[in-house]
Amino acid sequence: MQYRLEKRPEPSRLMLYLSPVAAVVLTAVVGAVIFSLIGYDGVGAVREIFLTPILNPLKWQDLGVKAAPLILIGVGLAIGYKANVWNIGAEGQYVIGGLAGTGVALATRDFSGPWILPLMVLAGILGGMAWASIPALLKTRLRVSEILTSLMLTYVAIQVLNYLVLGPWKDPMGFGFPQTVMFTSSQSLPRVIPGTIVHLGVPLAFLIALIAWLVMSRSLFGFQIRVVGAAPQAARYGGFSANRTIWLALLVSGGLAGLAGIFEAAGPFGRMVPQFPTNYGFTAIIVAFLGRLNPLGVIFAGLAMAVAVVGGDVAQTTIRLPNAAVGIFQAMMLFFLLASDILVRYRLRRVVPQTAGSAA
Amino acid sequence: MSTDLLISIIITVVGASTPILIAALGELVAEKSGVLNLGVEGMMLTGAVIGFAVAFVTGNAWLAIAAAALAGVLVSMIFAFLTLSLSANQVATGLALTIFGTGFSALFGQGYTGRPIALFGPLFPAELATHPTWRVIFGYSALVYFSLVMVVAVWWFLKKTRAGLILRAVGENDVSAHSIGYSVIGVRYAAVAFGGAMAGIAGACFPLLLTPQWAERLTAGRGWIALALVVFAAWRPFRLLAGAYLFGLVMTLELYAKAAGGRFSILPSEFWAALPYLATILVLVLISLRGRQSNAPACLGKPFLPSN
Repeated sequence: MQYRLEKRPEPSRLMLYLSPVAAVVLTAVVGAVIFSLIGYDGVGAVREIFLTPILNPLKWQDLGVKAAPLILIGVGLAIGYKANVWNIGAEGQYVIGGLAGTGVALATRDFSGPWILPLMVLAGILGGMAWASIPALLKTRLRVSEILTSLMLTYVAIQVLNYLVLGPWKDPMGFGFPQTVMFTSSQSLPRVIPGTIVHLGVPLAFLIALIAWLVMSRSLFGFQIRVVGAAPQAARYGGFSANRTIWLALLVSGGLAGLAGIFEAAGPFGRMVPQFPTNYGFTAIIVAFLGRLNPLGVIFAGLAMAVAVVGGDVAQTTIRLPNAAVGIFQAMMLFFLLASDILVRYRLRRVVPQTAGSAA
Repeated sequence: MSTDLLISIIITVVGASTPILIAALGELVAEKSGVLNLGVEGMMLTGAVIGFAVAFVTGNAWLAIAAAALAGVLVSMIFAFLTLSLSANQVATGLALTIFGTGFSALFGQGYTGRPIALFGPLFPAELATHPTWRVIFGYSALVYFSLVMVVAVWWFLKKTRAGLILRAVGENDVSAHSIGYSVIGVRYAAVAFGGAMAGIAGACFPLLLTPQWAERLTAGRGWIALALVVFAAWRPFRLLAGAYLFGLVMTLELYAKAAGGRFSILPSEFWAALPYLATILVLVLISLRGRQSNAPACLGKPFLPSN
């Protein structure tokens, strides 16, 4: 008996929504087996990584704080990937966004007032956009692959960060530590739930994802993005400019990554430090795919990935699982998702072997 | 400039160029068959950690290189299965492979931090390399000569052999190649495996050739530079050689700028650290400005499904 893949007339919606769930479940099961095989407590690892953050209410605030940047960056990347614009340098745009906002903070140290924080946020968005506009310019003008340029610029952004915190922006009273001064209270995001670490950026991230979902599903912009990605030829005939779409996709994803950057700087970090790049920009790539490149899906995927990130920290202290294990879980999730993707577009059909005579 | 300094610069350039050359040669063959594997960095890190571990346990560099190549092939098969058998998106799968390799190498390597191994010594007997000038020719490890031999071998394979012709046909026009009766998927599996082996060996160059210890993410984006080099070289092996050595020179500048300290102080050391990445962008821009028709294989990155 043989099976054959057959193209579905239309992508299966059931499989579309089911496959991310299947990917997470498969990751947990296979992860437990693999980690047991290499000598760790595999079942414990899966319990700590996937369940403890959900079951322990004390961890919920961490989930929100970790999910916020992942959702913000993931939404931007999802919009770009939908249009076949492969920005993989969100980490760099996140860093530059954080730096631009920090620049405003350092320049406004002698002032106070409610205008400072919005200005920092604006600078963060513009910083991310500016960094993303380099790949956009090179792609639209010179057809240079945005995959390579956006990634190369991430390494450059990290060097810019190192230069600033080790040099001109170093806190002179910081006992030689490579970091800026602490932000003042008018430069920091307020806490929205008293007694927790949940800052204003967390609800805003969810709100922005919802707005992005509305824009993508209801507006001409969203339609344009989807058409350019799915059928570039048709888009050209329809009068949608490919270059305009590339610019929009990179500016939106860069701006959101920059926003995430300044939210992190003015929120959890409270100053600029060399440890600022925390891989959110790369993890958000997985979040975008896991969320099916749909902003609403990205909210769930961002929360799911935050569970893995928070759980990774838990497992590190409770069962001494190295932090790198989380990266393996994340990659496995993406592998399983991509593997199950084929069932969205194809179905398995049993092939009845034909006799030689009838074939001739 | 003294001869000694010049010679030591040349030797550093050769060392820095070798891993990116090896990785880029593997990717070139994979891309020629129509597969864009963005997982080079992940495969290199996998090869690096396996190579290190085997060198640490056995003390045998040859065994370490073989194990690194095998590890590279094994992880590349995850990519091949997903993109070729299940026609998953190659960009996304390649990124996943890099994330996987980064995580795997960090996990596997954590017990080895701070434990030194021996560098892979020169291939030729020391008597040949006593004079400084001869050192420039005979003073390198086997990996360096391997990379140079492979440049010729890949060129010869693609241009002069029947198998190479089939591989190029698969990359240029998969439908025709399939209709003549060649196994498109089979050829691509083989090409991806070769890319994996080369990336694995390239990864092993880091502990065996450059710094004889384990450090997380020790490849520092060199896999991505190798990917850019393939574009730079317009998918031609000998231009790849020139490109890799150009980048080796840029990376060496960083090392010497750091060592020289004050003399380069007009520009901060971070600038020199960012230079290879800036140079990559610049090079991509220059190729594009020259306006030459891109030599990219026509089917690069596109999935192939024989049933349609």
